[in-house]
Amino acid sequence: MRLVMRAAEALGAERLIPITGAHVDSCLYHGEATIEFVQRLIDGGAHVTVPTTLNVGALDLLHPELWRGDPATADRGRLLMEQYRSLGCQPTYTCAPYQLAAARPAFGEQVAWAESNAIAFCNSVLGARTERYGDFTDIACAITGRVPDAGLHQTDARRAVLVLRLGPDVPVAVLEDDSLYPVLGIVLGRRAGSRVAVIDGLPSGLSEERLKALGAAAASSGAVAMFHAVGSTPEAPTLEVALQGGEPEEVIEVSLAELRAARRALTTAQGGAPTGTPIGTVSLGTPHASLAELRAVERELSGAGPAPGVELLISTGRTLLAEAEEEGLVPRLRSLGVELLVDTCSYIAPVLRRSPLPAMTDSGKWAFYAPGNIGVEVVFGSLRECVRSAVAGRVWRDVDVWGSA
Amino acid sequence: MGQRVKGRVLADGVADGVALVLGEPLSLWGGVDPATGQIIDVRHPQHGTSVAGRVLVMRAVRGSSSSSSVLAETVRAGCAPAAILLGEPDLILAVGAAVAEELYGVRVPVLHLPLVDVDAIPADAAVSVHEGGEVTIT
Repeated sequence: MRLVMRAAEALGAERLIPITGAHVDSCLYHGEATIEFVQRLIDGGAHVTVPTTLNVGALDLLHPELWRGDPATADRGRLLMEQYRSLGCQPTYTCAPYQLAAARPAFGEQVAWAESNAIAFCNSVLGARTERYGDFTDIACAITGRVPDAGLHQTDARRAVLVLRLGPDVPVAVLEDDSLYPVLGIVLGRRAGSRVAVIDGLPSGLSEERLKALGAAAASSGAVAMFHAVGSTPEAPTLEVALQGGEPEEVIEVSLAELRAARRALTTAQGGAPTGTPIGTVSLGTPHASLAELRAVERELSGAGPAPGVELLISTGRTLLAEAEEEGLVPRLRSLGVELLVDTCSYIAPVLRRSPLPAMTDSGKWAFYAPGNIGVEVVFGSLRECVRSAVAGRVWRDVDVWGSA
Repeated sequence: MGQRVKGRVLADGVADGVALVLGEPLSLWGGVDPATGQIIDVRHPQHGTSVAGRVLVMRAVRGSSSSSSVLAETVRAGCAPAAILLGEPDLILAVGAAVAEELYGVRVPVLHLPLVDVDAIPADAAVSVHEGGEVTIT
């Protein structure tokens, strides 16, 4: 309760309000401090009072053989994941709790979610309401069942104050390609910081996968906890509704040149990794892959597997894996040589084979964090580019989308 | 003597240190190695610099909700920043500091300052943070 009160003070809230659920990120091991904190809660007899899902942990509990690091660290990571479970949290271990039918809050529900991509999705795509909560606060809210009545829990704070308008020079081929969305997310995070923005000029009815990729990237390059996309997100049927009838404080046109520059910057491998650059790894599923994404990988593989010596790994949630197993997708993907990782992510856990060659990803968030976290050079591309490159063992570029650059 | 400014307290405490004025926002998770305090974000202009013992000055915040844990862990490992001065409020860092104080009795003040005051802090200035949010810059 003291932590919730600290949060209320920091947010300037005058009262607390009840929540219907929580998503807790604190179960990822960052050192002994994380264990010592939750041990205090356990010693105090704490228990969550609302349905609470857990974010990714340090390792894949279902496939522990995938761990290539120090076994002692794996033990500490496992302990922390179990400690949170003992507080009554559900062992979902996914960064995409919104992909679980049972955990999806309805429009307008008040919840306390941590994990930056999940926060952005919850507010923007589901229209449920959470502040940008972090570790420790998340579990404190889950235990008390209360949050400060402030920030994005209140309607007026959800108003867009910045308009990002896609420039007239952005071609249809780019608007219709998956790779636009993480790239646009990086631009959104840089331009918006912590402000709520509305994006105008995108096709309407965008898939949840595209909105997920957009939000995850925006919450990496900025502190975006909510965005609107006109015609796709529930609080933005029109630009005027997203602005709640007010005037924006800023309108920015996003040109093709800005998008190209942001896309290039997501690749750290030398020379921008042109077509033909050898790669060692392809990592997909950050945030955790949906069923539609797993099916798309199978479609793009069209019966082929990754080239010899190339690792193709997809991170997903254990619940999604079980659903994919049911439809036969998991054994089919595995038989083609695809590795499936659950409960964690390939830029957190030491699971990738060591390779001097760069790693390719379709995730703006993975491209953003993996070089620092696990010391790999990164090549960014669309899901199609990633899968075809894995099969070829070399970077393959879809020149019809972004051109040869 | 030096300049005195007043910030809103997100986490209280006293500190002395040399300012590390960040050229870009930094997510502590994925941006700082909690075992050493080094900036590991390869795209960050101050990549390779250590935050340990410095007064971290950030116009804006960025990134991960795990940054609370990373801040607490840098305190445990003895490589935390001396203080954090922000141009916008941030719950994630405030709570990281609160938990570190609770667990280890070490206070890392986190203050929200007006942007004009944040922008006026010169690189490598000597900064003192006093109880209640007062800051002296020399």
